[in-house]
Amino acid sequence: MSDAVLSTHGLRKSFGALLATDGVSLDLRPGEIHAVIGPNGAGKSTLIAQICGSLVPDAGQVRLDGIDVTAASPAQRARRGLARTFQVSALAMEDSVLENVTLGATGRAGGGYGLLRRALGRGDRHDRALAAIDRVGLGGVADMPAAALSHGQRRLLEVAIALSLAPRAFVMDEPMAGLGGEGSADLTLLLDALRTEAPILLVEHDMDAVFALADRISVLVAGRVIASGRVDEVRADRQVRRAYLGDL
Amino acid sequence: MSAILLIEQVLNGLQFGVMLFLMAAGLTLIFGVMGLINLAHGSLYMVGAFAAAFAAAATGSFALALVAALSAAALAGVLIEVAVIRRLYDAPHLDQVLATFALILMFSEGTRWVFGSFPLYLDIPDALSGPVTLPGGIQYPLYRLALIGVGLVVAAGLWWLTQRTRLGMQIRAGKDDREMIAALGVDISKLYTLVFALGAALAGLAGALVGAIQSVQVGMGEPVLILAFVTIVIGGIGSIKGAFIGALLVGLTDTLGGIFLPLVLSVAMAPEAAAQTGAALASMLIYILMGAVLVWKPTGLFGGARPA
Amino acid sequence: MIPERLVTIGAVAGLLAVALGAWALGEIFTITLATRAAILALAATGLNIALGYGGLVSLGHAAFFGLGGYAMGILAFHAQSYTPLELGALTIEGTKSMPVIWLVAICVSALAAWVIGLLSLRTGGVYFIMITLAFGQMFYYFAISWSAYGGEDGLPIYLRNSFPGVDTLVPVQFFGLCFAALVLALLLSARLRSAPLGLALNAARQSPARVAAVGISPTRVKLVAFVISGAITGLAGALYADLNRFVSPAMFSWQLSGELIVLVILGGVGRLAGPVIGACLFVTLEHWLGGLTDFWHVWLGAILLGVVLFARGGIVGLLTGKAGPHV
Repeated sequence: MSDAVLSTHGLRKSFGALLATDGVSLDLRPGEIHAVIGPNGAGKSTLIAQICGSLVPDAGQVRLDGIDVTAASPAQRARRGLARTFQVSALAMEDSVLENVTLGATGRAGGGYGLLRRALGRGDRHDRALAAIDRVGLGGVADMPAAALSHGQRRLLEVAIALSLAPRAFVMDEPMAGLGGEGSADLTLLLDALRTEAPILLVEHDMDAVFALADRISVLVAGRVIASGRVDEVRADRQVRRAYLGDL
Repeated sequence: MSAILLIEQVLNGLQFGVMLFLMAAGLTLIFGVMGLINLAHGSLYMVGAFAAAFAAAATGSFALALVAALSAAALAGVLIEVAVIRRLYDAPHLDQVLATFALILMFSEGTRWVFGSFPLYLDIPDALSGPVTLPGGIQYPLYRLALIGVGLVVAAGLWWLTQRTRLGMQIRAGKDDREMIAALGVDISKLYTLVFALGAALAGLAGALVGAIQSVQVGMGEPVLILAFVTIVIGGIGSIKGAFIGALLVGLTDTLGGIFLPLVLSVAMAPEAAAQTGAALASMLIYILMGAVLVWKPTGLFGGARPA
Repeated sequence: MIPERLVTIGAVAGLLAVALGAWALGEIFTITLATRAAILALAATGLNIALGYGGLVSLGHAAFFGLGGYAMGILAFHAQSYTPLELGALTIEGTKSMPVIWLVAICVSALAAWVIGLLSLRTGGVYFIMITLAFGQMFYYFAISWSAYGGEDGLPIYLRNSFPGVDTLVPVQFFGLCFAALVLALLLSARLRSAPLGLALNAARQSPARVAAVGISPTRVKLVAFVISGAITGLAGALYADLNRFVSPAMFSWQLSGELIVLVILGGVGRLAGPVIGACLFVTLEHWLGGLTDFWHVWLGAILLGVVLFARGGIVGLLTGKAGPHV
């Protein structure tokens, strides 16, 4: 546990009578992909919001590199190296791919408020942005506005921005959402390679991708982690089969 | 500082507050249901006042003047809703601000064109003129007391309308879920026109009622509009209850502050300096109140979660 | 269609050409009109940073315009009446020196923008509009009730303030000063747009969550932009007061805030040349329509309504054939 890059401890959040997350404890270790699965309404989105800082938990802790970041804002967490992708693409649609990714490379370094230098052009931020764009295969459309990209390209742009942060940990919220078979196969290959850059906490509905990628799986049902372990352990878990996988 | 002065000023503050409520209720209803920020609401207030002054001069009847104010403002409301406002419901706030700003320019200059630049006067009806003696021997103008009464009746009526009637149910449902209400077979477009006309009529009523104690002139609506904005920011945008509490707070703060701040300051300062500083500070009081509420509760006293 | 850079250069050069042409022909009044256009363009350039880049619909920019104006009025008033300004224990001499007045105007309006921004950015959207409008009105009433500096009647300044090496009483020289300030503001505005702050501001308008997710606080970015925006509009206020040699509460009026937004929209929101073209158009309309009818605001309203409903990009949008940023 001590070598975990990212961990949550007893995260609890309720909305009125609804307990959305009920004492969730997870950890993410170097080099791994840890998938979180669960049926709709299990509390996955609420969990991600608490990990990334857009929701404040009622109780519990989030730690990044061993440091308690529970009270930190989303921006502060990102500067500490937490890179997230959004389930519904959150991009500056009028801006080009390069501008979107440069923003990431700039923000991590705390340089987002600068007035004196140019944002685009030469420099290591520019190089880092270009490298991230090439890595996800968007090199050919770097100057296109995000609004002109296809849905699949926008999913890749989300990943490129996260990558440009040179993160300590990725948190990916359904990166495969809305992708066809070919698209999700390509993205699966990409994510597989990314785990060496930083470990990935992967919330995903696409079970093929999850079983292909995950080193560990945690199953979230009604706000609780009902099972957690290696892929084959979770697959065999009777409780999981009953509660979630049903008759699969 | 006597108790009589205090009570008089509290009544003045209440009177100012309930008139503000008539404006703020329409604004907050229109924003709550249709998501529209309407700068031209002050123009509807002015339309009501001019219609009342015109009708009173023609017929000599204050009751007919009020009918004229209500119908003219409601008609103007329906007209601009159908011609302009309707296109703005899904538009960005900037478009709403600009288009309704354009409407102000056209209403103001149009009114100047028709009625000229000189103020009109609307007389208090004979039956309501003169002072009345309240318990405790306080003399207070009957008309202002009647305004407080009208304001409270309208507030109660609005509460009944939104909480107890079918139309109110539709309004509340339309606020939460447009598609849902449309799926239930309610003509959403008619509902919106109706809500807009209701808000306009309330503004027109306020304009006519206040027009009898102030002069009726072009540009009279905007200072009231801005105070109504302060009111609903304090109360929470979209909440009728918030508009009511906010209006009373603003009315009382403004009235009492203007009278008592110079008096309080004169304890520590020379009389002339106290009067000057007091007046200047009193003019800022309601905005300071607004700032304080924002620090404490960013979405107002009765506002929901963060606005979208 | 014309590239945007060319439109910008053309607009700025056009304004200069009108003033120089009028000077050559001895048309003093036209120089004054051009000066008025340059100052309004400067104020709108400030607003454009908040409105066009940041999507912050401020209906209270007259607050900064008026503060700049009163900074000039108060300093010059004390200089011309040879009485120092007593602020508690602090005694400040009045001044007729433009550079000092400008600096004070910029600092005072930046400070006000910081406070107003801090409060109004706690929420967003329609709250922001109403709160900025309300604070503008607060300054308006404050100016009216502050009788030491003229109250409702305003404050006349008998002689235009001075600038080293320039005879500010000569209309074309004063135009030169205002024009130089405008060009500087445009350069700053262009610089800001291409700097990291501008990139972040632009993205924060489109998706605040995205900006936060890469480690930049969207609120802080907007606040910085709002302060810069207010400071530039404040400088314009000081120049405007010097043009008229008069300050009055009208500089704080909500109509002026509305008109500044109108300038930006007519020209093209979020475009460098937008405020310049908008201001020139506004001053021309005001002069021309105002000469035809006393009720020219009706026509301004109609034009504005047409632009909002049918031509979102304003003049720059029409010239470049490209829709600008969506605010």
